[in-house]
Amino acid sequence: MIEVRDLQVRYGTRVVARVPELDVGAGECVAIVGESGSGKSTTLLSLLGLTEGADVSGHVSVCGVEVLQASPQQLRRIRGARVALVLQSPQAALSPTTRLGTLMRRALELHGITGPRGGGPETGGPETGGSAGSRKERSWKGRASKGGLERVMVEAVEAVMLDPEILRRYPHEISGGQAQRFAIALAIALGAEVILADEPTSALDVTVQAEVVGVLHGLREERGLALLIVSHDLALVSTIADRVLVMKDGEVVESGPAADVLTRPSHPYTRELLEALP
Amino acid sequence: MTPPGTPPGTPPGTPPEASLSEAGPSEAPLRRTLPKITDRFAATGAVLIVVVAAAALLAPWLAPYPEDAVDPVNALLAPGAEHWFGTDQAGRDVLTRVLYGGRTSLFIAVSVLAVSAAVGVTLGLVAGYAGGWVRDVIMRVTDVFLAFPALLLSLMLAMVLQPSVTTVIVAIAVTWWPWYARLSASVAASVATRPYVDAARCLGVPAPVIIVRHVLPNSITPVLVQISLDAGGVILTAAALSYLGLGAQEPTAEWGLMVDQGQTLFTTNWWVVTFPGLAILVTAFAFNVLGEGLRNALDPRRVVR
Amino acid sequence: MLRYLIRRLGQALLVVAGVVMLTFVVMRLVPGDPAVAFAGPKATPEQLAAARERFGLDDPLWVQLWNYVRDLVTGDWGTSLHTRQPVRDDLLLAFPASLELVGAALLLAIVAGIPVGVLAARYKTKFPDFGVRVASMLAVSVPVFWLALALQTVFASNLGWFPVAGEYDSSLDTTSPLTLWTNITVVDALITGNWPILTSTLRHLVLPTLVVAAYPTGVIAQMTRAMLIEEAGQDHARLERALGFGETSILTRFALRPALGPVLSLIALVFAYSIVNGFLVEAVFNWPGLGRYAASAISSLDTPAIAGVTLLVALVYVLANLVVDLLQGLIDPRVRPQ
Repeated sequence: MIEVRDLQVRYGTRVVARVPELDVGAGECVAIVGESGSGKSTTLLSLLGLTEGADVSGHVSVCGVEVLQASPQQLRRIRGARVALVLQSPQAALSPTTRLGTLMRRALELHGITGPRGGGPETGGPETGGSAGSRKERSWKGRASKGGLERVMVEAVEAVMLDPEILRRYPHEISGGQAQRFAIALAIALGAEVILADEPTSALDVTVQAEVVGVLHGLREERGLALLIVSHDLALVSTIADRVLVMKDGEVVESGPAADVLTRPSHPYTRELLEALP
Repeated sequence: MTPPGTPPGTPPGTPPEASLSEAGPSEAPLRRTLPKITDRFAATGAVLIVVVAAAALLAPWLAPYPEDAVDPVNALLAPGAEHWFGTDQAGRDVLTRVLYGGRTSLFIAVSVLAVSAAVGVTLGLVAGYAGGWVRDVIMRVTDVFLAFPALLLSLMLAMVLQPSVTTVIVAIAVTWWPWYARLSASVAASVATRPYVDAARCLGVPAPVIIVRHVLPNSITPVLVQISLDAGGVILTAAALSYLGLGAQEPTAEWGLMVDQGQTLFTTNWWVVTFPGLAILVTAFAFNVLGEGLRNALDPRRVVR
Repeated sequence: MLRYLIRRLGQALLVVAGVVMLTFVVMRLVPGDPAVAFAGPKATPEQLAAARERFGLDDPLWVQLWNYVRDLVTGDWGTSLHTRQPVRDDLLLAFPASLELVGAALLLAIVAGIPVGVLAARYKTKFPDFGVRVASMLAVSVPVFWLALALQTVFASNLGWFPVAGEYDSSLDTTSPLTLWTNITVVDALITGNWPILTSTLRHLVLPTLVVAAYPTGVIAQMTRAMLIEEAGQDHARLERALGFGETSILTRFALRPALGPVLSLIALVFAYSIVNGFLVEAVFNWPGLGRYAASAISSLDTPAIAGVTLLVALVYVLANLVVDLLQGLIDPRVRPQ
């Protein structure tokens, strides 16, 4: 689902991240670990073309789309609908004046999703609403399947063990763990195949962390989603990741199966990270 | 850009100009030049101010004619080689009057800002440092002054006092200090809770010394930025008071007064009104642009509070 | 919510009390004897004494202040020395005319300023943004009285596209007299179906409205731009981008609403400022509003009239701030008091 070769992200002349090779297949979970400033978040954002003001070179393919060569329209079509992003600060990542349900409905409408997948024609195809004809068609569909949209939303929210009532709330009215689970619910509702998570648990309490990890794990097992997680939390990584990349100062210093890297680290930096664990 | 009636800091600090537009690799080189463009905007303001200030300070040497050389024979001449900006109804050279008018305007602006900043910052620091009822009393008083649009209170005061340049300065300063009081009080309040201030207090350093040594230097930047933002507003208000006949009087050259005296001639002798008006516009514009640039550079995150 | 409302109202009342005191103090400082001004220069000592008696000028200051406050509260705002009418009645005629002008200008400023701000934010640091920044900066830097004179000269005197001065063609008062309801001419003409006066007023409104609107349009555009850019740099905008929303849709559907809070409070402040700024414009266009009333009051040292105008404007200012604070809760749920 994700294929990266010789990725290099530069701001001006400063190279902030260099990743020679990174692959994530369906149902796989790969983690990038490293301390803050190691370039791991930048790597993640560059997969969606969201590194603002940076020069990105190399080869990045996400869900079959060549990200670095893609037009803004192509990028917008895979963002959300096929690749979901879960950010670190749960509430700040949600627009403060938009009810959660409104955000989800707008996102679904944006990607032309009007009802549950499987039954009926799949409408998940990207729809830009460019011509008058297609816009008309969409609004008609939207009205016809209002209940369908509602059902997608409720199912997605319930899939992450949230009360559907939460859709009527504003971001400041929910907890951090709820916000993070809602972000994952967005990915489910939109039918994303890949989830990119940037420090998904570091702003949460330990008990809530476990919930969120559980939800992510479940998605991967049951729906075959590909997960790419960025974290400095080795404990989290050891419970969920199949493979691990260790980054330091923008370079990948070690990579391999999680079990190997975490039990028999070959790079001194990785050992340092592991020793820091309680 | 903050004429009377607008709170300090409006419009709020523009975030740094890092681009957040659609990230296409081809746009990258352009994006790197953007901070320069932003700087250039502020630099234009700075250059304009230097030009205006130099023109005003050097007026006695730059002006082609003496300040009030009346020459009725050559009244209302259109702009030409002899008189670049034409002459007014008394035959005085408009360019000369505009140059000398700059001295009046800048003098008023500097005086108003100095007086109101001195009063406002003193009260604000005391309020912010002391907190409690002292702060409440000072802030309620500033609230009252802030409830008067500056031009209106200035109008009333200018009426009480005799029309003159000093009157304009006093009248505007009376309405201007509360902004600095409110601003410096809020900054000082946050500075007053910092560890080094606590430390000084524990060591028994007297409050006035703490305020001058520790609170003032650490609260002054936003005030200075605000002052640069306000200069344009002061110049506009001063010109308005003079236009209403409540400020500078003949034969002082003052832009607002020149517009007032020439206004009946606008249809027939456009230059008498147009040039002094343009002078006000350019000066206010220059200060506003520079102020915005300074705020973005020094204090990019400050938003209305 | 109720407790917040009460506290906010209390604050406003305190400010109003301060304003009344300050006005009273300034009025006592006005040179010249109001009794002389009222009775005229040729008044006999008896007439002067009567005038002093009438205005209570011989009472101790605190008694005068007390009487002043009592009169204000009971609706007696004094008698104008100049028009010899109750100040309150004068204000009830002049204020609606100012309101009409400033209302039209603010409407224009909001309708023009916000979209222009959105445009600048959307094309940040590109040409449209640069144009908007320069134009809005010019708009807030232009001296209104000069702009008023310039537009009047060019578009009214020289080109004749618009009337030079006044609120409407006064000859219409005889051919189609206007029934007053709100004292706002446009509104009255509209509800009574007085089309000749309505069209005449609208034509007279164009130029002064443009002048008064310059400053608010500029600051609203700048504020909208700055707030939108700030919002678009927040974390939530990153998530919205990651959901596939385009820049325009992020700005208009997600960033605009939180950005509107500060813009709204700016509008209230600008409203009060524009009423006073409008004084200068009213003077140029001979608009029968507060400004013209204040100008004639000032030239005749008519203290009760000036005090009335000052109090009214300060009240409007306090009220505008109050309304905005309460409205802000509706727009941005975060500031809604619990």
